[in-house]
Amino acid sequence: MTRKKEQLLSFVALIVLAILTYLAQNYLDNYKLRILNLGAIYATLGVSLNLIFGFTGQFSLGHAGFMAIGAYTTALLIMPPMYKEMTFIIEPLIWPLNVLQLPFIVALLLGGLFAAILAILIGLPVLRLKGDYLGIATLGFAEIVRVIANNIPQVTNGALGLKGIPQYTNLWWTMGFAVLTVFIVKRLISSSYGRALMAIRENEIAAEAIGVNLTYHKVMSFTISAFFAGIGGGLLASLLTTIDPRAFMFIMTFNVLIVVVIGGLGSITGTVIAAFLFNFCLEYLRPIEEGFSLGPLSIPEVPGLRMVTFSLLLLVVILFKQNGLMGEIEFTWKGFFRFLSRFKANRPMKGEGM
Amino acid sequence: MTLLKADNITMRFGGLTAVDSFKIEIEPGEIVGLIGPNGAGKTTVFNMITGIYTPTENRIYFQEEDITGLKPDRIAKMGIARTFQNIRLLDNLSVLDNVMIGTHLHLKSNLFSAIFRLPGYVKEENELYEKSRQLLKKVELDEYAGEKAGSLPYGKQRKLEIARALATEPRLLLLDEPAAGMNPQESKELVDFIRQIRDEFEVTVFLIEHDMKVVMEICERILVLDYGVTIAEGKPEEIKNNPEVIKAYLGVDVVNA
Ligand SMILES: Nc1ncnc2c1ncn2[C@@H]1O[C@H](COP(=O)(O)OP(=O)(O)OP(=O)(O)O)[C@@H](O)[C@H]1O
Ligand SMILES: [Mg+2]
Repeated sequence: MTRKKEQLLSFVALIVLAILTYLAQNYLDNYKLRILNLGAIYATLGVSLNLIFGFTGQFSLGHAGFMAIGAYTTALLIMPPMYKEMTFIIEPLIWPLNVLQLPFIVALLLGGLFAAILAILIGLPVLRLKGDYLGIATLGFAEIVRVIANNIPQVTNGALGLKGIPQYTNLWWTMGFAVLTVFIVKRLISSSYGRALMAIRENEIAAEAIGVNLTYHKVMSFTISAFFAGIGGGLLASLLTTIDPRAFMFIMTFNVLIVVVIGGLGSITGTVIAAFLFNFCLEYLRPIEEGFSLGPLSIPEVPGLRMVTFSLLLLVVILFKQNGLMGEIEFTWKGFFRFLSRFKANRPMKGEGM
Repeated sequence: MTLLKADNITMRFGGLTAVDSFKIEIEPGEIVGLIGPNGAGKTTVFNMITGIYTPTENRIYFQEEDITGLKPDRIAKMGIARTFQNIRLLDNLSVLDNVMIGTHLHLKSNLFSAIFRLPGYVKEENELYEKSRQLLKKVELDEYAGEKAGSLPYGKQRKLEIARALATEPRLLLLDEPAAGMNPQESKELVDFIRQIRDEFEVTVFLIEHDMKVVMEICERILVLDYGVTIAEGKPEEIKNNPEVIKAYLGVDVVNA
């Protein structure tokens, strides 16, 4: 298949996705829309985490920190000044945030940008660390962000958080950014720079010996990852309409990590599938927390049972199928048609056998 | 112009002097050997030249530029490439990708044009691809281009590591025990292969090797290390008959026996 043909197919797929988005946005109820929105936001978050963790091999647990930056930036920039005055009851919001109101897209991009700038600042010292140490350091960073958010009420309204954030997030925005994230990360990793990132993952010493500048490439990957985490945070803030520091505890990073590991470290396709699956399951498994009976066994109401289920699933994946759903396999048109043709070829054979 | 010059470099790890006042000058086009018993400090010499370690004392010059303490990637960009005693390939990447990564340091296009596939980048990427394919053909690994590097047999992995080093277009190639784990037939081919790449790629070769047959056959000049100290230097025949060298090696043999 030629590159031209593949591009055409991708274009058609994009149009189909746009039509589906249109239909979903206009005909689905709010409950279902919310699940789809969350799925798309998690796709953005997951693919961005996969860039630094799956493709570059840097164990970063700071995603919630970058999301918080994006979420607060976006929220503060899109809330009408009147709302802000009503919300900030402990201490008034500082100037110029108290009078500023910007278009959603500008706010989102600024949220991503701030997250990215912060990523450069903390990435430069922290990305020298390896493995577990890097994980702990980035986790510490995210926690610091949260504690700061708790303690500067004149900017964040402290523990009370922000309420009444305008709900601009819809499926167009979430799908749009999911597609953009996939596009950019995919293009990046299939470029020469992406090969350099994977070289770092495979063997740092070898990568450096063949001229890969470790600092530049690690910080670059970390920064792009943080940018999309910030965007994801902003989308989330405007979807949920309320945020407070507790929303960005470690469990937030953990959720994204579940998506990435279950989907497959190093597979964008897997991450996207897992992002939607995770949010569907989270909703449809809700009943199990309300207590149910399994034959003679009756399970009482257990809040948090869904997360227990996911954590168990994560354990199973890590123990038995380390590569996740998709391993490192990516969706390609070639693979797609090969899959279809195998399906076609199999059918008559089944008929003969019977 | 002297290609590489080390001026009495010393490397200490705590109380251990792994390399003591190592001195060498390598001229363009030479094939120089570095031999010595286990733990003599040979790999440490390579690690100092390639920036993995910074010598505790004195300096290293490459093409008359001081490279002491530069980072490995900077040194690679300046034209020194190496292989590792314990092969360090990018196991999960394809054979072709392993070589293509070796060309990354010459990439001129920036990140933006790479992500958005601007014409300048696409052209460059195509050139890198062609170059890597050519290189694989030359080292007879082209048929494995799509396979994972880690799945190649040992001897081919060694060859791939050399090909990857060549992809960086080095002027000086450091080979750390290239014949290790090869059978006599493969070692013989290796000798021809190294000569061939020296001529074809116009690289200077500095190699560590335990296989005396390989060393004596290929090297024009040999240095012998023992406990970090250079105990001899000269042409292969001179080294062969040097009593100091025989003692160093016999000593080891007696211990091993
Ligand atoms: N990073 C390090 N820290 C401490 N000691 C080291 C380090 N690297 C090497 N050494 C020591 O320096 C000495 C020389 O090691 P080196 O690896 O250079 O030997 P070699 O000549 O390459 O041996 P071999 O033939 O076994 O490869 C050894 O005693 C080794 O233990
Ligand atoms: Mg060694």
